[in-house]
Amino acid sequence: MNISYMYSLIAVMVLFLLAYLGAQVTVGKVFLGFIIPFLAAITFIVGFIYRVVDWARSPVPFCIPTTCGQQKSLPWIKSAPIENPSTTGGVIVRMFLEIVFFRSLFRNTKQKLKEGDKLSYEWEIWLWVGALAFHWAFFTVVFRHLRFFLEPVPACIQIVENLDGFLQIALPGLLLSGVVLLAAVTFLFLRRIFIPQVRYISLASDFFPLFLIMGIAFTGILMRYFTKVDIVGIKDFAMGLVTFHFHIPEGVGGLFYVHLFFVSILLAYFPFSKLMHLGGIFMSPTRNLTTNSRVKRHINPWNYPVKVHSYEAYEDEFREKMVEVGLPVEKMIEPEPPKEDAPPEEEAEPPEEAEPPEKEAELPEESEEKE
Amino acid sequence: MPNNKKMYDKGKVVAGLIIFGVLITFPLWYNHLKVAPAPEPKLVGKAAKAGQECIEPKSFMKAEHMLVLDIWRDTVVRSAKRVYVNESGKEFEMSLTNTCLDCHTEKAEFCDKCHNYALVLPYCWDCHIDPKEKM
Repeated sequence: MNISYMYSLIAVMVLFLLAYLGAQVTVGKVFLGFIIPFLAAITFIVGFIYRVVDWARSPVPFCIPTTCGQQKSLPWIKSAPIENPSTTGGVIVRMFLEIVFFRSLFRNTKQKLKEGDKLSYEWEIWLWVGALAFHWAFFTVVFRHLRFFLEPVPACIQIVENLDGFLQIALPGLLLSGVVLLAAVTFLFLRRIFIPQVRYISLASDFFPLFLIMGIAFTGILMRYFTKVDIVGIKDFAMGLVTFHFHIPEGVGGLFYVHLFFVSILLAYFPFSKLMHLGGIFMSPTRNLTTNSRVKRHINPWNYPVKVHSYEAYEDEFREKMVEVGLPVEKMIEPEPPKEDAPPEEEAEPPEEAEPPEKEAELPEESEEKE
Repeated sequence: MPNNKKMYDKGKVVAGLIIFGVLITFPLWYNHLKVAPAPEPKLVGKAAKAGQECIEPKSFMKAEHMLVLDIWRDTVVRSAKRVYVNESGKEFEMSLTNTCLDCHTEKAEFCDKCHNYALVLPYCWDCHIDPKEKM
């Protein structure tokens, strides 16, 4: 038994019982119905902004041109305008492909030893397939749920709902996104269990959101297809929740409160966990920087102002002592008559002023990139 | 978080966060902080008369009416059986138009109100018609 997923599973089970039993009493309903969702939403929004601002406060690195494609250079060298974009438009396309289709995960490879000791790299597409199915299904499910929060319901939700249920199987009509979500999250879980290397690096914090989302999908499917909750009552309640007119819905069972509690936990947990990749993907420096380092000069933004002590100032400070011990100086002390000590050295001696530090930082970059 | 540090790409980050804030609070301002009252299906005409009973109890009908209609359709079309016998032994003709709509005369009031409110879009009316509705 793997202790990481046992802990997560037990945690989700405890949360389930807590919500299910709590929903049996009125005080529990008030907590599960208003107070916890409200606090969770606040935690989610504030925490999300806090994390993003925190990230924005770390310096942005120099652009990273060596990812996946040839950088734009000489006109006769074919460049990759999307994989290694030198324009803002290219960056937008690259970010779009990354956020919407997980382009970089698509390139996922797997290492393997073949015929004894031959190292080989294979294209491994299944994580990408699972991730894409999971995220899109989850997005569709969340989007569909807007019908509980908006009145009148916008037409676009109706279109998505119709597409989602186009198979017209069973009653109430089977919505594909729910099934795909549960299947994909199960696949992503099994992947962590059955692939030894992935199991080895999986932590409780990897399993917990998976179990939680499984719980959310499972309770949702149970309510829709099996226990048949009072959907009008729930919409009335949900509308009250988002417009601050709270009231307890009548005749809604414990399962609904479990569903709501799981979602609240997910929202509250979100900013403090790996789920923050929702915000983080927009800030990935390998994806969102224009790789125009050959065209545009980049100045290291965190160079601090260097205190320069020029030779002139140095001589001003120590002139008397220098003259005293017989060191050559550029300027003689004014009141004294000029000495004939060292006229030839004068011109050769003074070192040039130190260059501003920005220029120094650039030098290695320029020499490296001439390939 | 070290508070003395500045934000990099502040304009873009703040713009992104504002978009996030607007999207996440969408239901709040879409509804203008008001709750539209939840619809109650109205019983008019024959169904509103005292002593008139539906084929099954209200709680059952509320949760399972779609399954009843689905089973009716299959039974009529595939087995050509048109009589439904309920728990108390009462017989009904399996027909949406002749049985259901006979009592629940106002489709807009009885069906559509809740179905539109909860965005549940059945395909009953792809084939069936409400005899009152003008074609």
